[in-house]
Amino acid sequence: MSKELAVASGFSEHRCILLPVDQHIVEIVSDSGEGAQTCGQMFGALCAKSGFGVWTVEIIPAEIEPPARSRAGASGNRIRIGSQPVTNAGDCADLVVAFNEQVVYSRIDAGALRAGTLLFLDNCWASDPDPSIRSMYAEAVEDFLRRGYEVSEIPVQEQCRQYTEDPRRGKNMWVLGMLCALYDLDMDLVRRELAQRFARKGDAVIQKNLALLEGGHNWTVKQVERRFHVPARKPAQPMVVMNGNQALGLGIMAAGIELCSMYPITPATSASHFLASVFEQVGGFVHQAEDEIAAIGFAIGASYAGKTAVTITSGPGLALKTEFLGLAVMAEIPLVVVVVQRGGPSTGLPTKIEQGDLLASLYGSPGDSPKIVLAPATIEECFHFMVLARKLAEEFRGPVIVLSDANLATGQQPFPRPSPSLSWLAPPVDQNDWNPDVPPFAWDPKTGLSKRPVPGQKGGEYVLTGLAHDEHSHVAYESAINQRAMEMRSRKLAVLRSALRPPAVHGDAEGDLLVVGWGSTLGAIEEAVDRLRAEGWRVSSLHLRFLSPLEPGLPEIFARFRRVMTVEINYSDTPGQPYIEEGSRRYAQLATLLRAQTLVDVDCWSRVPGSPLPPGAIVEALRPRLEAITRNREVESCTA
Amino acid sequence: MYGLNLDWEIEPGPRTCTLEDYKGAEARWCPGCGDHAVLNAVHRLARDERWPTERTVVVSGIGCSSRFPHYMSTYGFHGLHGRALPVACGIRSRRPDLDVIVITGDGDCCAIGTAHWIHAIRYNMNLTVLLLDNNIYGLTKSQTSPTTRFGEKSNTHPKGSFFASLNPISVTLGIPNASFVAQTIDWNPPHLYATIKAAHRHQGTSFVRILQRCPHFTPHVFAPAQQDLNQVLLMTHAEGIQLEEPARKLFPNCVEHDPRDLAAARRLADREDVYPVGLFYRKEGALRYDEHTATGIDFTPQQKLDALNRILDRFRI
Ligand SMILES: Cc1ncc(C[n+]2csc(CCOP(=O)(O)OP(=O)(O)O)c2C)c(N)n1
Ligand SMILES: [Mg+2]
Repeated sequence: MSKELAVASGFSEHRCILLPVDQHIVEIVSDSGEGAQTCGQMFGALCAKSGFGVWTVEIIPAEIEPPARSRAGASGNRIRIGSQPVTNAGDCADLVVAFNEQVVYSRIDAGALRAGTLLFLDNCWASDPDPSIRSMYAEAVEDFLRRGYEVSEIPVQEQCRQYTEDPRRGKNMWVLGMLCALYDLDMDLVRRELAQRFARKGDAVIQKNLALLEGGHNWTVKQVERRFHVPARKPAQPMVVMNGNQALGLGIMAAGIELCSMYPITPATSASHFLASVFEQVGGFVHQAEDEIAAIGFAIGASYAGKTAVTITSGPGLALKTEFLGLAVMAEIPLVVVVVQRGGPSTGLPTKIEQGDLLASLYGSPGDSPKIVLAPATIEECFHFMVLARKLAEEFRGPVIVLSDANLATGQQPFPRPSPSLSWLAPPVDQNDWNPDVPPFAWDPKTGLSKRPVPGQKGGEYVLTGLAHDEHSHVAYESAINQRAMEMRSRKLAVLRSALRPPAVHGDAEGDLLVVGWGSTLGAIEEAVDRLRAEGWRVSSLHLRFLSPLEPGLPEIFARFRRVMTVEINYSDTPGQPYIEEGSRRYAQLATLLRAQTLVDVDCWSRVPGSPLPPGAIVEALRPRLEAITRNREVESCTA
Repeated sequence: MYGLNLDWEIEPGPRTCTLEDYKGAEARWCPGCGDHAVLNAVHRLARDERWPTERTVVVSGIGCSSRFPHYMSTYGFHGLHGRALPVACGIRSRRPDLDVIVITGDGDCCAIGTAHWIHAIRYNMNLTVLLLDNNIYGLTKSQTSPTTRFGEKSNTHPKGSFFASLNPISVTLGIPNASFVAQTIDWNPPHLYATIKAAHRHQGTSFVRILQRCPHFTPHVFAPAQQDLNQVLLMTHAEGIQLEEPARKLFPNCVEHDPRDLAAARRLADREDVYPVGLFYRKEGALRYDEHTATGIDFTPQQKLDALNRILDRFRI
């Protein structure tokens, strides 16, 4: 991919080799608390501002305060940059900067390195007073070389001592300077960004960090020969860069939602943190409730009273909210519920990605509780889907669940700056008199849709109830009324589906294999499909945003492929394992849904690594299936 | 607000003012159930104070008592078992113009909804909370509730309850920021009426435990106190619940109690020989969460849009 070229660089007195690359994967890893995450986030933002395509993923330690120099403590960031928009975290890292050798092992365990990965390692451990640390370090370096990494031991700590007494707290800025040199970023931009980032901490802090930054930059210019040149593309329209939880928060504001009622849970909480820091500027309020049940109850109360509300949670919180979700369906209360999924079941993998809450969202409430379920596939969609969800909740008078995940939540990606409009905002509460002849559930017999009176509207007084009820919201146990009310609530989903367009197919509209995905796997699946297509395989993909109702046209699209399968980050049984046969095999969640809804024999490949699926892994999973399909096709054509 | 608008007091305009105007569906509680008495008191108070039906919201959980909103002609929210308070707080949070009344039972409030009870008291939003305490789960047919007395038999504990009962007043008095805590009995309409009226006037969360007879499952529990008002202790004070002299005379036992005295309130609440009725505690000016939750409700769409654009620009590349 990268052709080596020796070119004279801007730093003319220092010889350097400029390597043009059209994409590169960088990782910065440290013990937690050493600031590799800040460094990575800033580097990601700087790359975006430099016009590169960017996707970042946080490397999150498994524990809050892990011991120093431990594998469990690895903390940092992966930044994939490219000359084109980047849609996923990619496969193995091209360049890793590590603050100690142990955290590298955690990345090796995660499959993040390959032979040839350029590894910059702080060499301070080589002269550590503790002989056991010295020998661990020396052994690791040898091991890294054996594994084929290109190891470069660099004096991060030693250099940082020139600028600060506590180098542990300054290394990250020095490394940022180093990366800026390696990728030839505009240092004026970097200085401005740094000053802005630390503005609130005062001038002394800014100066200290600037010194570290320049130190890292100058050292690299002098001591490292290699530079990587990613051709930047200045985008035509104004762009923004943020993570998925910030996008959710901004989307909430753009939708005119004025109350966020939540209970803290990773990885959803940071959306509320962001909202809490800015919400009052748009007149909104974040309520931290005593638990998730109270959080959704509070939001439902506000919504009943005509105000737009959102509740944000993750899987365990969704479980607690199910009874109220059922009430919102039964009593037709508009509500946006954001679920930033993490690994389950139970407390599971709190900080890690999984797509395990699809079926819980669809079917988690007891009784028949049809509700709308959406899944944004990109950070940009995290923003826009909030506006969509709010409108759907009101139009279809019920809860809308928006399924994000830990990958979108913490990943950063640039996208065109949205231009919010007044029409996106929730309309003010209607306080005009209500025509008392119109009941509170005046279901349109064809669509099931109805308008609701809101407290304050004279003539609209009614008692909302979670009991079975008729159009007047009067408790009704008669079988005919119950049947009809169920029909009306269910019909709304069919009505929404009738307004949706069939999803677009990525790749040819027909072929051997169609891969179906949902949520944050979009970029990785499409990249995998593109690589396989480049190899000549007849494979395409399709990504669903509406999971309930399902987007229309699926059976027709599926019919144009020999096989259909989903790729998901959730659990499914692997055929061939003990006891696992066709009758006992449990499918991945979207596959289960598609099989039930389309009667197509949809297969699946799903994994629960706690990290995004790399495109390379998807390629390896799909290739044998494509080979098998092709073999069958040839057999069929011979016998025909 | 709250029908206490002086204009209406002076000149009753077109506002409704008969009991019929506040009656909803016909109440389906058992004959002799104390819930009827509470409903009557609320109907009368609504009429007397001319509550605007469209700005009044009666929120309840699930239980016999929680059927209450259906018997009102105001807005109502008959939601989930134990969860009336979060809903009520949510309603109040962005609609300070609405008058929110909460009806809850002893199972609803003191068992499944305990967390919300404790925190709603802390929030001290402007709510009137009526706990209809019959010492039993009525709707589900006689199971032990947290307020069921020790040794009392129920369908789940046929040999008698294992625990000392929970005293909702003592618990509430132990919660920081409690601002109005009172107790009354369903079988003395003047006191019931006066207590609910004072609770409703209070700015903040007023918590009223109403000892409520359940003729079906626990007729023996309050019967002695009903027959012999000696078992009831009337708390009197200029700052407390005011009764007309004839009504007051019915109570042979009285004690002067200053509702600003929290320590004395706690001592009275813990008494087991009598049922103290009246106002245990009132704190004016306690912190009110709804004053914070409502910030920004007056923003115009244009203001919101301008602010949003400013925030978005911080993410500009
Ligand atoms: C989640 C849930 N659990 C249990 C029930 C069943 N349930 C309904 S009312 C009730 C107890 C009601 O007792 P209380 O709150 O004292 O009200 P009362 O009927 O005595 O007025 C129970 C257990 C329910 N409706 N929902
Ligand atoms: Mg009860």
